[in-house]
Amino acid sequence: MKYIEQYRNTEKQKEIIKEIHKYGKLINRNVNIMEVCGTHTMIIGKYGIRKLMPENINLISGPGCPVCVTPINYIDTAIELSKIKDVIIVTFGDMMKVPGSFSSLEKEKANHAEIFVVYSPIDALKIAQDNKDKKVIFLSVGFETTTPLIAQTLKISKEKNIKNFYILAGNKLIPPVMEFLLREKDTEIDGFICPGHVSVIIGLSNYISISERFNVPCVISGFEPFDILLSIYLILKSIKENDCKVINEYKRTVRENGNIKARKVMYEVFDVVDDEWRGIGLVKNSGLKPKDKFLDFDAEKKFKIINKNSKEKKECLCGEVLKGKKSPFDCPLFEKICNPENPYGPCMVSSEGTCSAYYKYERK
Amino acid sequence: MCLAIPMKVEKVEGDFAIVSIGNVKREVNISLLENVKKGDYVIVHAGFAIEKLDKKEAEKTLEIFKEIK
Ligand code: SF4
Repeated sequence: MKYIEQYRNTEKQKEIIKEIHKYGKLINRNVNIMEVCGTHTMIIGKYGIRKLMPENINLISGPGCPVCVTPINYIDTAIELSKIKDVIIVTFGDMMKVPGSFSSLEKEKANHAEIFVVYSPIDALKIAQDNKDKKVIFLSVGFETTTPLIAQTLKISKEKNIKNFYILAGNKLIPPVMEFLLREKDTEIDGFICPGHVSVIIGLSNYISISERFNVPCVISGFEPFDILLSIYLILKSIKENDCKVINEYKRTVRENGNIKARKVMYEVFDVVDDEWRGIGLVKNSGLKPKDKFLDFDAEKKFKIINKNSKEKKECLCGEVLKGKKSPFDCPLFEKICNPENPYGPCMVSSEGTCSAYYKYERK
Repeated sequence: MCLAIPMKVEKVEGDFAIVSIGNVKREVNISLLENVKKGDYVIVHAGFAIEKLDKKEAEKTLEIFKEIK
């Protein structure tokens, strides 16, 4: 793949940074550009892109990490489920350290709960097939990139008539939360760097509706530093020319209509519902729950755990961080009490969490 | 968590394909795509191929940059 070398050509990057500075001057006011993808947050940190920006161009991070926005109540439920006899919990690795109200999955595993980490939902299904005498519950979190794969896994499970496989549904949709943030008072977003791999599935249409209604430029971006710089440039140019639209910078992977087959599978299995985002609150039409046809897989229905005592730690600013209102540097616990080894809040857990990415790459 | 990487298709068998990057080989589910062929590059996330990489478009993105100047 020779093209990759070209994307990493530093001369090209320098030229584009010059253009960004030129537009920074031309616009001559503060501009907030939000990325809503944890991998973009990491790349911006890793390559020091924030520091390359003109003073009036702020790159702010939004709710782009699925693990960070999974409500505390969900984590507490997963922990309660892990205590049931003959239950195996299967999860993506990022979920292990997320702090619940009183414990974490990692601590429960140390206390001999049966919790396995997998890379793919298909691996979770294999665990169910290999452990027919147990009930296997997969912690189903993730955005549009991940949800169709889980939906497909449920379809396979149904076809194969596997009776001991369940999911705890916590999947979420990105465009509704973008819209929610645009409506928030005192969050000022002048442009979005849209998540590349979410867009692989959903295509352009949701962003077109957002861009038109709120008059903000939305650029779907790839994952090389060059892609991000180019996306920032395209956003600034749109603002300057007052021509806010959707641009697909990541055409090498994102098709205009997205992956129709994947979306079809996703909506065959899941219904859209209002859903709670950790630190943000209830967001209309932003969550997914199994359709009636797939209710036999729903761990919530099957095990009926009710958590009344879930409670957030007050000191953690994750909510404000996820909304782009505060930076991790504004949190008095950052670095001192809260770090990736001992995360106090959810944004410090996954490597894609805003606090964790800032801890790793952007400490002063 | 949405990290997804391009990998080269080495072999296709029904709903699955063997894909590689460098020396690493993996089996991935390709049932969410149409017409995956040996030699294609696919974007792999959590054990599934979610899209094909379009090499022509990859070069065109670089063209956008030429227009800037
Ligand atoms: S640094 Fe830790 S406590 Fe502070 S907002 Fe981030 S995750 Fe929460």
